[in-house]
Amino acid sequence: MSKTFNLTTPLTTADLEPLHVGDKVMLNGIIYTARDAAHKRLVALLQENQPLPFDIRGAVIYYVGPSPARPGKPIGSAGPTTSYRMDKYSPLLMDAGLKGMIGKGERNRAVVDAIIKNKAVYFASIGGTAVVAAQAVKSARVIAYEDLGAEALTELVVENFPVFVANDIYGNDIFEQGVAQYRKE
Amino acid sequence: MKEINVQQVIPVVKKLCIDANYYAAHDVVAKVQEFRNREESPTGREIIDLMMENYRLAAQEQMPLCQDTGVAIVFVELGQDVHLVGGDFYAAINEGVRQGYVEGYLRKSMVTDPVIERKNTKDNTPALIYTDIVPGDAIKITVAPKGGGAENMSEVKMMSAADGLEGVKDFVVDRIRRSGGNPCPPVVVGVGIGGSFEQCALLAKKALLRPLTEPNPDPQWAKVEAELLERINRLGIGPQGLGGTTTALAVNILYKPCHIASMPVAVNVNCHCHRHESAVIN
Repeated sequence: MSKTFNLTTPLTTADLEPLHVGDKVMLNGIIYTARDAAHKRLVALLQENQPLPFDIRGAVIYYVGPSPARPGKPIGSAGPTTSYRMDKYSPLLMDAGLKGMIGKGERNRAVVDAIIKNKAVYFASIGGTAVVAAQAVKSARVIAYEDLGAEALTELVVENFPVFVANDIYGNDIFEQGVAQYRKE
Repeated sequence: MKEINVQQVIPVVKKLCIDANYYAAHDVVAKVQEFRNREESPTGREIIDLMMENYRLAAQEQMPLCQDTGVAIVFVELGQDVHLVGGDFYAAINEGVRQGYVEGYLRKSMVTDPVIERKNTKDNTPALIYTDIVPGDAIKITVAPKGGGAENMSEVKMMSAADGLEGVKDFVVDRIRRSGGNPCPPVVVGVGIGGSFEQCALLAKKALLRPLTEPNPDPQWAKVEAELLERINRLGIGPQGLGGTTTALAVNILYKPCHIASMPVAVNVNCHCHRHESAVIN
């Protein structure tokens, strides 16, 4: 039976222990936006032992490239982008302390293994419900890579940002289990 | 012969870009509502409810349904009795796209060199424009913004006649199975069959334009579409790939004659936002 949790970032292993695939989580606090281009730069910094533009320990990264904000609004539409494009980079970020990722679509084996090893969680957000997602964003501030435009590394403050647990610390995968439950082939 | 000044095209294309991104199309809303009541997964139903809430909020807030406001794909049906004056027709379409994406707070997602530079053009041009010459003295323009997530799940396969109808069906179903949650299901599946390598891909995209509430006019193909939709919705992928019985809203097929040695098949996947908006200039 799926449950609903409220969590505030940064996340700890203790925060993630009660979560199982299919559970709904209302996220609060700071999350960071990054897509492929920003990931490439973050991983390059890690490989050179350089500091990252934010404290990655317990952090949550949201895979999003928002549309431009209207005047007076913190952000434009802000739904998730497809996560597999970040698969190449995510294990290294989890090794550095990343605790949560938000995106859409399934992850590869290396990411799932890194999720289990580092006790992290991959959350699925709902693609194409980007205005609903934007309502939960209270402020947005570019902290690095401004040259990337919509792909800049941005700090978002969110309130009750709705996500679903897709890969939990126990190795469960909603894209396998959820689909198997409704498959009628 | 009727003269139409291409400057008239600019505000029309601008409005189509904005409206397609802000307002859910009626055929999509009707289909989503129909599937909502049949969805077996509670999470799936919750997601579909969020989609419907998103339609309402996007219109109210004047914001795009999805942050990926896509490549501006523009289909033109140009009446053969129209004489275009006042400048370059395609430049006018691109100017409309530029104004729509800049002034409508839409995301600019086009890069120049696709591999080496990948530099953003900053106004979402160039549009991808496909023109058909048709009888009459009007211009029909359809803007169908296409997001990257769903487009990336599309495929062309050069099949053989020996693969038969079953081979075509298996290819389509397998393409959706392998796409999982990536293209933002429930998807719309455009299938193009026949023609050539490049024509079947364009047919697949054009197939997406048929209203989701209308069956294929050819009863034989309408049956194939219904069967494919049924099979796809048995895959279990469900809304956003989290499991459920609503994986696709519709399968639309277009076909053309082809060479005796060939049977090209293309699958073009669209996300549940399935944006499209049309206008006629006359």
